[in-house]
Amino acid sequence: MSTAPGGEQEDRAPLLEVRDLTVHHGQLRALDRISLRVAAGEVYAIIGANGAGKSTLLRTIAGLHHPTEGSIRYDGKDVTRMRPERRATSGIAMVPEGRRLFPSLSVEENLQVGATYARPGPWTIERVYEMFPWMRDRRGQAGAQLSGGEQQSVAIGRALVANPRVLLLDELSLGLAPVVVQRIYGMLPQILATGLTVLLVEQDVSQALRVASHLQCLLEGRTTLEGKPADVTPEQVEAAYFGLPGGPGGTGGGQPPVSGGGLGGVVPPEEAQLWSGSTTSSRASWSAACTRCSPAGSR
Amino acid sequence: MFGVMKVVNLAHGDLAVIGGYVAVGVITVTHIPVLWSFVIVVPLMAVLGYVLQRTVIQAALDRSVLTTLLVTFGLSVVIENGLLQFFSAGSHSLGVDNAIITGAFSIGSQISIAYLLLLIFAVAVVVLLGLQYYLSRSRYGRLIRAVADDKEAAQLSGIDYRHVFGIAAAIAFGTVALAGIAYGMYSQFAPTTGTDTILLFAFAAVVIGGLGSLWGTLLGGVILGVAQAIGAQISGSDEFLAGYIVFLAVLVLRPQGLIARRAQT
Repeated sequence: MSTAPGGEQEDRAPLLEVRDLTVHHGQLRALDRISLRVAAGEVYAIIGANGAGKSTLLRTIAGLHHPTEGSIRYDGKDVTRMRPERRATSGIAMVPEGRRLFPSLSVEENLQVGATYARPGPWTIERVYEMFPWMRDRRGQAGAQLSGGEQQSVAIGRALVANPRVLLLDELSLGLAPVVVQRIYGMLPQILATGLTVLLVEQDVSQALRVASHLQCLLEGRTTLEGKPADVTPEQVEAAYFGLPGGPGGTGGGQPPVSGGGLGGVVPPEEAQLWSGSTTSSRASWSAACTRCSPAGSR
Repeated sequence: MFGVMKVVNLAHGDLAVIGGYVAVGVITVTHIPVLWSFVIVVPLMAVLGYVLQRTVIQAALDRSVLTTLLVTFGLSVVIENGLLQFFSAGSHSLGVDNAIITGAFSIGSQISIAYLLLLIFAVAVVVLLGLQYYLSRSRYGRLIRAVADDKEAAQLSGIDYRHVFGIAAAIAFGTVALAGIAYGMYSQFAPTTGTDTILLFAFAAVVIGGLGSLWGTLLGGVILGVAQAIGAQISGSDEFLAGYIVFLAVLVLRPQGLIARRAQT
């Protein structure tokens, strides 16, 4: 393992390592030689606009998509060809996009299914109830009867009771009110305190930056920016997120700057220009700008 | 099998007939009473169900839903011809020589009910109760429901859905074997009985009751049976016609079946 000078995370072998991962959806190249290294205890955030390939990356790590090229190593072992259920039992749990509770099962049954093949560890259904006290009173209700935020909490609980080492969180904020998103992300420190490693995907950039220890931005299946949140400027993030011209070049994939017309219809160029103009280097206004540039619930 | 795996099993009737033939074989070899033959036949068929599911049917499922239709149709053809080969086209039955069970009692002067049919009905209710209890309370029942809801989310929870499908198929094959034995006890069966009669009626009963509903199927079966009995009273040749008129009426008036399964969200 090559060690980056001064980087304390890179000194140890990563818990999860993705190397040159390429995934196709039919003819479409959804991921193009993506690499990442997640050290134990990190909160690694993948950001990017709609269709950047974030969810595909997470789903491939969970085993739900098969890569055309590249490898996935977990805990020193190659898991590229391992079935998703085997990855789950060996400690990679995922909270899928859209929660995906079992709609005809009750809250408690959803948690019980998650605990069926659990590894030994600190998380039990009882502990999930302690973290979300409302759940105990409503454990008999069907998952489909809960609000979006409640479903998300149950989905997180279902993943936690398996006692994973790596927790993959796919778009926790999707379709949820900002105040609910805040509350759910507010639970993250409690979860991390039990020694978990988190790899999360977010469209909501400001939210991701608040919790992340490492940041990677994807655009059209490629890495356009990578680094610690403290080391990147808002302008860099914005340029990497939208592929704007003139932004400082990405450090990761060697992606040539995409012109304003190449935004895939997400943002008209003149509007993107406006955002660039309004952004200053101060952290407060940059987070505000990024709230605007993350269209919540736009799927 | 439809409820969990979305497999329309066209060989289901033939599997019942296999259950009957296996019972014939088991009885000739071991000389156990007909009524107790299920103790051996049901586990045998359950194992066959698991193996078939994990091999042929799963391979079809991995391709497309249409492929499963073709594969189960193929299974049906293979089973029928296999049975023809080994047992000839002649019909068999599983005679019960217990006097109490072969008797009948009458309600009024018109309706007479055989104890055997009553026993079969009682067994059906007990089996359904058992199935329902198993599905709602047991660990595997919970996994079956989870996989039926969302196979991918189940995988993310570490569940091998292929194994769960196998368990579900084992249960389906076990119950269909029981049905085959029951059929053999009150009627005769030949290699082609499976598709000629059982599959059609079973399909009609399932559709009348509501796809994927346990109790709906029982209700559908009762309605179909009563309609046929009434039809036979009117004229012997109207027996099947009456059944199909009810079937058509349900399709027109309540296409989701009498007891519709909860809509998936």
